[in-house]
Amino acid sequence: MYAQLVETGLSKLKTAEELSDAERAFQERIDAGIRIEAKDWMPDAYRKTLIRQISQHAHSEIVGQLPEGNWVTRAPTLKRKAILLAKIQDEAGHGLYLYSAAETLGVSRDELLADLHSGKAKYSSIFNYPTLSWADMGAIGWLVDGSAIINQIPLCRCSYGPYSRAMIRVCKEESFHARQGYDIMMTLCRGTAEQKAMAQDALNRYWWPALMMFGPSDAASVNSAQSAQWRIKLFSNDELRQRMVDQTVPQIEYLGLELPDPAIKWNGERGHYDFGEINWDEFYQVLKGNGPCNRERLRTRVKAYDDGAWFRDALLAHADKQQENKKSA
Amino acid sequence: MSKEWPLWEVFIRSQHGLAHKHVGSLHAPDAEMAINHARDVYTRRNEGVSIWVARAGDIFASSPGDKEALFEPSNSKVYRHPTFFPMPDEVKNL
Repeated sequence: MYAQLVETGLSKLKTAEELSDAERAFQERIDAGIRIEAKDWMPDAYRKTLIRQISQHAHSEIVGQLPEGNWVTRAPTLKRKAILLAKIQDEAGHGLYLYSAAETLGVSRDELLADLHSGKAKYSSIFNYPTLSWADMGAIGWLVDGSAIINQIPLCRCSYGPYSRAMIRVCKEESFHARQGYDIMMTLCRGTAEQKAMAQDALNRYWWPALMMFGPSDAASVNSAQSAQWRIKLFSNDELRQRMVDQTVPQIEYLGLELPDPAIKWNGERGHYDFGEINWDEFYQVLKGNGPCNRERLRTRVKAYDDGAWFRDALLAHADKQQENKKSA
Repeated sequence: MSKEWPLWEVFIRSQHGLAHKHVGSLHAPDAEMAINHARDVYTRRNEGVSIWVARAGDIFASSPGDKEALFEPSNSKVYRHPTFFPMPDEVKNL
């Protein structure tokens, strides 16, 4: 998903006896399926973990605009260009819903942005890969937004009210993204041999990074137990990753493309597709900032923010002036 | 750096006849820009025919701690619900 490796600050779950009265009452509300709202009491670690998770998610939506922005001026037709612009605008909107949800936890928008721009806050590893051909716009909508949907649908039922409401809005809009991506892939696969080869290349390059979006394997996922107990994580990384593989393999076959992983094979006993081992070293390297585009993405994002400063200041100056005029009138 | 834009709560009326409903919040320097931003952030798919924005700081809310004091009185008045009065089957239109 768009949040990977979210630190809870807690190495093990507290037992019922170790919980304070307030903590126990809080956990009982969550267990009963009652949403936690902004003004309700919550453990400090829950608040901090949620700020990290929601802001990481928001930053991913914002940075996620950059790889696609690369193709706006080079979209093959006016229709594709308009669709791509609409999708990118949606990503900005999704970022804004999520920032608002994070702010209900007592952190300011400026603090959140400062953490993104300084490199302190993370965003999804997927956006540190380059978009080399138009087919990548197809692969991203299909595989990246497809993976995001699998992760976000359960979050519509998460324990924190503002986050779950933001997820409901996002999910409603997200299937347009996945479908327009698959539509690009179908068009390329029905085209010339060269166009189909482009689609194959995009699938091959985006397959593994898309599977990495679900985060580390369950065995290496140290924060999962606490997040699951708080119901801000409803399924394990490996469960969701398996779901992605299972739903995507038939979609690859429909396109007539070759499977991007020779180890993919139906396992009748498990009722799932088996697949190969993820290159975890690559995953951790990209998260640490050493992916193909980490520096460029952050640089572009900071430049866009700095270049817009005069405009934001002008709007504020105008608002202040109007206020003054109203007072003196 | 300049000061942060104030927070606005956004309310959208989805179609004629329905009440405005809270949909979320956003930052904007003034009411006019708040409406413009609300249009872009919350009505990209024909969600609304009317937008209200209110500065978040101007909204007064009940606190979760007052829940009992506020809502308990209505819990004890079950006779306010029509189902409190069972009606015989043969009596119609009630």
